[in-house]
Amino acid sequence: MIGIRVLLGACVAMCLSLPALAEVKIREVTSPGGVDAWLVEDHSIPFTALEIRFRGGTSLDAAGKRGATYLMAALLEEGAGDLKAQDYARKLEGLAAYFSYDARDDALSVSARFLTENRDEAVDMLRLTLNEPRFDQDALDRVRAQIVSGLKSDLKDPRSIAGEVFARSAYADHPYETDGKGTIESVTSLTREDVLAAHRNVLARDRMVVAAVGDIDEAELGRLLDRLFAELPASGAPLPGPATVTIPGGVTVVDFATPQSTALFGHSGIDRDDPDFFAAYILNQILGGGSFESRLMTEVREKRGLTYGVYSYLVPKDNAAIYMGSVASSNDRIAEAIGVIRDEWRKMAEEGVTPKELQDAKTYLTGAYPLRFDGNAQIASIMASMQMQGLPVDYIATRNDQVNAVTLDDVKRVAQELLRPEDLHFVVVGQPEGLETTTN
Amino acid sequence: MLSRTLRAAAGAILCAGISAAQAQDLGKEPVTTFSLENGMDVVVVEDHRAPVVQQMVWYRAGSADEPKGQSGVAHFLEHLLFKATETMAAGELSATVAANGGQDNAFTSYDYTAYFQRVASDRLELMMRMEADRMRNIRLTENDIVTERDVILEERNQRTDNNPRALFGEQMNASQYLNHRYGVPIIGWRHEMEELDMEDALSFYQTYYSPNNAILVVSGDVDPEEVKQLAEKYYGVIPANPDLPERYRAQEPPQTSARRLTFKDPRVAQPYVHRSYLAPERDPGAQEKAAALYLLSELLGGSTTSHLTERLQFEQKKAVWSGAFYNGTSLDDTTFDLIVVPAEGVGLQEAEDAMDAAVAEFIREGVDPEELNRIKMQLRASQIYARDNVDGIANRYGRALTSGLTVEDVQAWPDLLQAVTEEQIIAAAKEVLRPEASVTGWLMRDQEVTQ
Repeated sequence: MIGIRVLLGACVAMCLSLPALAEVKIREVTSPGGVDAWLVEDHSIPFTALEIRFRGGTSLDAAGKRGATYLMAALLEEGAGDLKAQDYARKLEGLAAYFSYDARDDALSVSARFLTENRDEAVDMLRLTLNEPRFDQDALDRVRAQIVSGLKSDLKDPRSIAGEVFARSAYADHPYETDGKGTIESVTSLTREDVLAAHRNVLARDRMVVAAVGDIDEAELGRLLDRLFAELPASGAPLPGPATVTIPGGVTVVDFATPQSTALFGHSGIDRDDPDFFAAYILNQILGGGSFESRLMTEVREKRGLTYGVYSYLVPKDNAAIYMGSVASSNDRIAEAIGVIRDEWRKMAEEGVTPKELQDAKTYLTGAYPLRFDGNAQIASIMASMQMQGLPVDYIATRNDQVNAVTLDDVKRVAQELLRPEDLHFVVVGQPEGLETTTN
Repeated sequence: MLSRTLRAAAGAILCAGISAAQAQDLGKEPVTTFSLENGMDVVVVEDHRAPVVQQMVWYRAGSADEPKGQSGVAHFLEHLLFKATETMAAGELSATVAANGGQDNAFTSYDYTAYFQRVASDRLELMMRMEADRMRNIRLTENDIVTERDVILEERNQRTDNNPRALFGEQMNASQYLNHRYGVPIIGWRHEMEELDMEDALSFYQTYYSPNNAILVVSGDVDPEEVKQLAEKYYGVIPANPDLPERYRAQEPPQTSARRLTFKDPRVAQPYVHRSYLAPERDPGAQEKAAALYLLSELLGGSTTSHLTERLQFEQKKAVWSGAFYNGTSLDDTTFDLIVVPAEGVGLQEAEDAMDAAVAEFIREGVDPEELNRIKMQLRASQIYARDNVDGIANRYGRALTSGLTVEDVQAWPDLLQAVTEEQIIAAAKEVLRPEASVTGWLMRDQEVTQ
């Protein structure tokens, strides 16, 4: 232990002058059966984190079957092969392996952690789940009831209401338009056949990315990949096409009796593969990217005390890009908060950012980047996202250079194009004073 | 339990000089502890896989330490510590952290207030200089007070007043604690928050913010010896506060009456039953009962295979969700909680009855040794998984050491959990799940038919 400490001490001393970049050695591997994956081998802790993503996610719901993919994903932990739900859960608990499933607009994610000491048994359990889920009727009914209970709660949750109204106005005639969890009506009418169809539509090898981090080598991972995925179908349902983002500027007030109004706002955004993405990313960091120093936080919270938090965020989905934000203020102050946000939007569109703001944002973003790689599960998730976005395997090493390459003029130009205060649409849920539904 | 003894015990355990925890097996954590001459305790958790460090300073002062009538002042002060000091402008600390590629924040609970930064590991010294500075040197303006008070009121709006489940939880707590400050919300009662002023904030600050009331927890890519040198340089020079009050709160009297409440709100979509029982917490050198209660919560309602889930969700289909919770890391008496969310068409009384019947059956029939073994296996594995997240380990130490526990207690806890027997779990259930010490709450829609 002491020896290790001395060695690492020397390494720290060498990197002292600049924020050290995490050394993440990614290897692209292909299994004997032809399954590709990204691997970071690290034997310091005897477990492996595995991240699997299937592109398409809830956007692959068949017509009239909204919520089928979400329900299917929720049922993946409810028994497989010969093991009914409780037996499956007991066996998995005995292995101390953890699998979780998440279905979102663009992907179904499977996140797994398992110990080295019983890796084969754990992987067998995951193989069963992915290939032979039972989808028993009693499990389906039980899980459906949980989802419906959640949907009922969403109907009385200001943030969920705002999200639903915003999505409906933003993505006309595209699956993004409605919540992937479905509606109470659609989920209630789903059958076991629908769930089986969703499984066939989504879990296919042509839309899959895999990342593994931890106590596993290339040969072991190769065998694991073939065991998990050899039996999956080669292809699934066709992926949806691009959405047309149609957000009209203005305000939509949704009357809801509660002391604080919750607002979501936004307009169309910028794609992840746009050459100006990093300029937009820096711009957003300065405008409302989550730090206490952002212009929105400074103006709305620090100077005026109008909110506990105000944020803006780029939302580049696979088939549409929007630029969104959120704020919550008491009913008698939300109008003022919205006014300040509009002003800041306009100010940045017209004037861009200052050299100091640009420099601070770059220092922050480049310095914060290595902080993300601080655990096997986090690294696996980042690697899966990189593959989903079509980024190269050496992206981690070049990403900060791309941030640093953005100039003041780039940000100014992108600010003019991206920020359109008159197109901002605010959905306000609450009983805001001095605000009415309007369309620009 | 007697809180008066706790501080003395907590002070005694952290010996001077560095003693690396022994890495006897895979589960052991790479933890080093020592204390400074002024009484500040230091915990270092090493992980050299990524060049990242997290610094946390935990104060043994939380909302339960507030003077009467000033609820929320601990949390208010937490916000105000991001304002100016003698040498830094308001917001400069966070801005400096960000300019160094780091992230910072803070949080407040009943028993502690903690501040942290995550940053590249070669920036630790700068973080320490700034954190040490604001331990003694904040300079507030009247404008800070007025604006930040509005911020915490909006925070209360967002967390609590806009959320019927949170409002219900406040009423449950207030009913559970007859005499102890745990009955008052951390964020504060609104009418008291509105009156908080400069004097309240500074008085809390001067009373509790000192090195002999603080714990430094550093985790990540650091060398304990280097942390020690830096800590001595920046925190070691701050004099201890000789007037630090003994940490004693008004304790609960014997609880002799089952309490019931209903909370109605038109914003409730999904009614549920919440039962809480006053329960003992982990005490230094005496954590066995707490260990049994933790396993009881896991067996009753910790997973899909637990007893409540099996009976209420799988067999009787009376619940869409159920759970049991016990958090033993607390300075004073904590709670053991049960929640049942009834299925469509099942009333709250029926759900409550089914819950009580299932718990009674569990106590009558005893613990299934196989189930207990599965949970113990998961707990052993959790020690392996925990090493993937040293900040989580750091948090665990910070919470424990501000809750009256010692480093030895934290390190003994995993083995204590493994040693708990079936009989001890049932004995703990019989002792703690007493109706006289309970509160039963129904969260209801506005016009809910009670039965």
